[in-house]
Amino acid sequence: MSAAATTHDHGSDHAHDHDHHDIGFWRKYIFSTDHKVIGIQYGLSGLVFLLCGFMLMLLMRWSIAYPGQPVPGLDLLNHLPILGPIVHEMMGRFAPDGVINGEMYNMLGAMHGTIMVFFGIVPLGFAAFGNFVMPLQIGTIDMAFPKLNMMSFWFFFLSGVLMMVSFFVGTGAVQTGWTMYSPLASTLNHSVKNVFMHGHTVWLTAMVFNISASLLGSVNFITTAINLRAKGLTWFKLPFFCWAMFVTSFLLLLAFPPLEVAAILQLVDRVFGASFFLPTGLVEGGQALDISGGGSPILYQHLFWFLAHPEVYVLILPAFAILTDVIPNNARRPLWGYKAMVYSVLTLGFLSFLVWAHHMYLTGMGTMMSTYFQITTVLISVPSVILLTSLMISLWGGSIRFNSQMLFASAFLPMFGIGGLTGLPLAFNFIDLALHDTYYVIGHFHYVVAPGTIFALFAGVYHWYPKMTGRFMSDRLGKLHFWPSLLGMNMVFLPMFVQGMGGFHRRWYDGGKAFEQTSSATHWFSEFCSSFFGLFGIHVEPTLMGLNVVMTLGAVILAIGQIPFIINVFISIKGGKKITNDNPWDATTLEWATPTPPPHGNFTFEPVAQRGPYEYSVPGAPTDFTPQWVDEPGSTTPAVATETAKAHH
Amino acid sequence: MISKINQWMGQTPVASEHGELVDHMLGFVHWFMVVLFIGWSTYLIYTFWRYRACKNPKADYHGASHAVSNQIEIAVVVVEAILLLGFAFPLWSRQADDYPTSPDTVKVRALGEKFLWNFQYPGADKQLGVWNPRFINPGSNTMGRDMSDPNGADDFVNPATMKLPVGRPVIVDVASKDVIHNLALVPMRAAQDATPGVKAHMWFTPTKTGTWDIICGQLCGPGHANMKATLEVVSQEEFDAWVAEHAAPAPAPVAGVTTEAPIAAK
Repeated sequence: MSAAATTHDHGSDHAHDHDHHDIGFWRKYIFSTDHKVIGIQYGLSGLVFLLCGFMLMLLMRWSIAYPGQPVPGLDLLNHLPILGPIVHEMMGRFAPDGVINGEMYNMLGAMHGTIMVFFGIVPLGFAAFGNFVMPLQIGTIDMAFPKLNMMSFWFFFLSGVLMMVSFFVGTGAVQTGWTMYSPLASTLNHSVKNVFMHGHTVWLTAMVFNISASLLGSVNFITTAINLRAKGLTWFKLPFFCWAMFVTSFLLLLAFPPLEVAAILQLVDRVFGASFFLPTGLVEGGQALDISGGGSPILYQHLFWFLAHPEVYVLILPAFAILTDVIPNNARRPLWGYKAMVYSVLTLGFLSFLVWAHHMYLTGMGTMMSTYFQITTVLISVPSVILLTSLMISLWGGSIRFNSQMLFASAFLPMFGIGGLTGLPLAFNFIDLALHDTYYVIGHFHYVVAPGTIFALFAGVYHWYPKMTGRFMSDRLGKLHFWPSLLGMNMVFLPMFVQGMGGFHRRWYDGGKAFEQTSSATHWFSEFCSSFFGLFGIHVEPTLMGLNVVMTLGAVILAIGQIPFIINVFISIKGGKKITNDNPWDATTLEWATPTPPPHGNFTFEPVAQRGPYEYSVPGAPTDFTPQWVDEPGSTTPAVATETAKAHH
Repeated sequence: MISKINQWMGQTPVASEHGELVDHMLGFVHWFMVVLFIGWSTYLIYTFWRYRACKNPKADYHGASHAVSNQIEIAVVVVEAILLLGFAFPLWSRQADDYPTSPDTVKVRALGEKFLWNFQYPGADKQLGVWNPRFINPGSNTMGRDMSDPNGADDFVNPATMKLPVGRPVIVDVASKDVIHNLALVPMRAAQDATPGVKAHMWFTPTKTGTWDIICGQLCGPGHANMKATLEVVSQEEFDAWVAEHAAPAPAPVAGVTTEAPIAAK
């Protein structure tokens, strides 16, 4: 505590120092220890990885909808000077005629999952927004450990580069799903001589760096949130955003080490011929595999899901964090049920460690274990419903302005609702066996993270962009981004429930051609799609297989919908409408008390939190927002640090 | 009919006894989801329309009453408790603990490998012989049957097709030689991972004759999308004839050994 107090006492001096002191380009923008620069670095890399993961998905969707047909335009790419050799190394070696086969598809699938989860959404949701916004919202000058923060980003960057490099090593990228189940992961391409030039080895090494980056980040977030809050900013005056990031940090800190252990053990299996996850007696093509045996494939699944279930909440909590700022700000009224939400998010964080084996019902489970995991899984839906309904009820009585960020936030609510509700049947062992690993599950979790989390991340970009750059993003382009995205997302993910109910399983590179009896079934929805797209001259078979074409069209619409966003992000830096004051959205939390963009050291005065974070439309106040830092409603002068406030600290 | 909603969502018709219960419970959950979703959506559309800034320029600090969300929460908790206590626990314990023991139970072993299934059937003795991966020989013993086990003497192996009689309970031993596969029988509403080194089972009772796809439900390598087998449920007579045709001849009785235990003299 004393260290924190010291930092505070010198806070304003530091700010002045850095204003006048030029640290040079490299230290300022590349190897920066400033939380805002690191946040933007994480944000830009996260967006680039999201785009990479999305492009892999487009290739997969092509293969699913048009199996056996070469990817259009690949020829053209092959002839380009620099891109050509890259495309050849990535795809040409495995699919020389441009037709995606099972091997190539499995690479794309595994990397799509890995990149989206570990390199896209977590870095963008947690690391980027958390880094940029959280220290500002708690009114401090930087994170508790700025150098660890820089180290976290560069570990992450290294892991990202390694992950992309894995496409170009001898065996190509991993082909065993983002879950990397042993024995498949450990034995595929077992005979390759150079184990270091193996996609699986590179994946594991990259993950060890990625996990280390997350651990460094989470320790830093926790320390910062506990020690560096501004004067007067008690726990229950803390914006929900910071609470959610705080809980997310604990999830990362406690859930990631088991996966790091699993990754290292699997690496030892691969490189040094151990058998932690390989049982005795594996036979491939009639030949006994040369392994020592005695390990347990189920143990790997337990270690993996012990991380990967909390990881689901690492993906979704930053989304809730962002929405609890965007929704009250644009509904112009306080967040409804703030305290209940805080208790819910704490409960959610705790319970998320107790539900992992519901991903493993297929392994076969006795009554006791099954009962336990069904109870915890159903229990966790209670705090989730509280979070979602609180956001919805926050709108009641508001005066809602529908700017770009609010559109994305509004769409999040029903879309996340679909994702959450379709998780319910999967919680029950008895039903799950009929649905597990079908497209029903794929639809379920994509509704949670794609029109769920990713929409919230877009909302966050539109919301904080003016604080980062001093200019607004174009609202018109924002709407051009929103509507095709909403349409595309639903076209991709809604038919998945129909296919899943019909028995379509995931990870079929040819979209189910081999399972003729399953894929040739018809249904009113597939017949409707066939006649609907027939009106536009697009041929869609009236079978469940035909829905693959609908989803691929949806993916193309989604891709086109991202173009206005990319343009918007870049042209608004120089061409966006300039903000007229430091608080352009008339918001209440401390990040809007800083100059724009905030300088190194953030604040020009020492902020003191006078009230809760969501004081919108306070009865009797002259404006419809009363920021946390002003001394009284309607005033623009910051509250001065009084002796009582100091004593509190 | 509660499970109608599943068919409306595209579910394939059920063909097993416990599958009816699965569909019934799933239908119940789906109706609950539909009610919640329609409720939320109606509320959202109305709220967006009524409280848009141009119509309602002044927001209300206090907003909705706190009773609203409590009632929603309590309703959700009650329905979920009913789902758990009324459906999930009893149904799963029936499936996991009450394996069929009646003499007419059919036993089959499904052994997965990249990228096909083999099915081992008992002969007249209705007992499956044991297997061990170390006996696997690609030419003569693809399933690694232990030939010294008398139970396995009249067993036979059928590749790619699992034939079952209608109306009798089936216990399937699910195993794998190389990586994790999954024996997914969609119309039976049953699936079980075939994990190397793990002895796993599942059971169900087919209620309809027909032919369906057997899907591998766990990523097993580049050929995963083509790892197909066929499930054929036939009448009892047809099944018996098929078994009689394929069963290995029972081993001849060894001379000098009586099948009955000697009666001890008083």
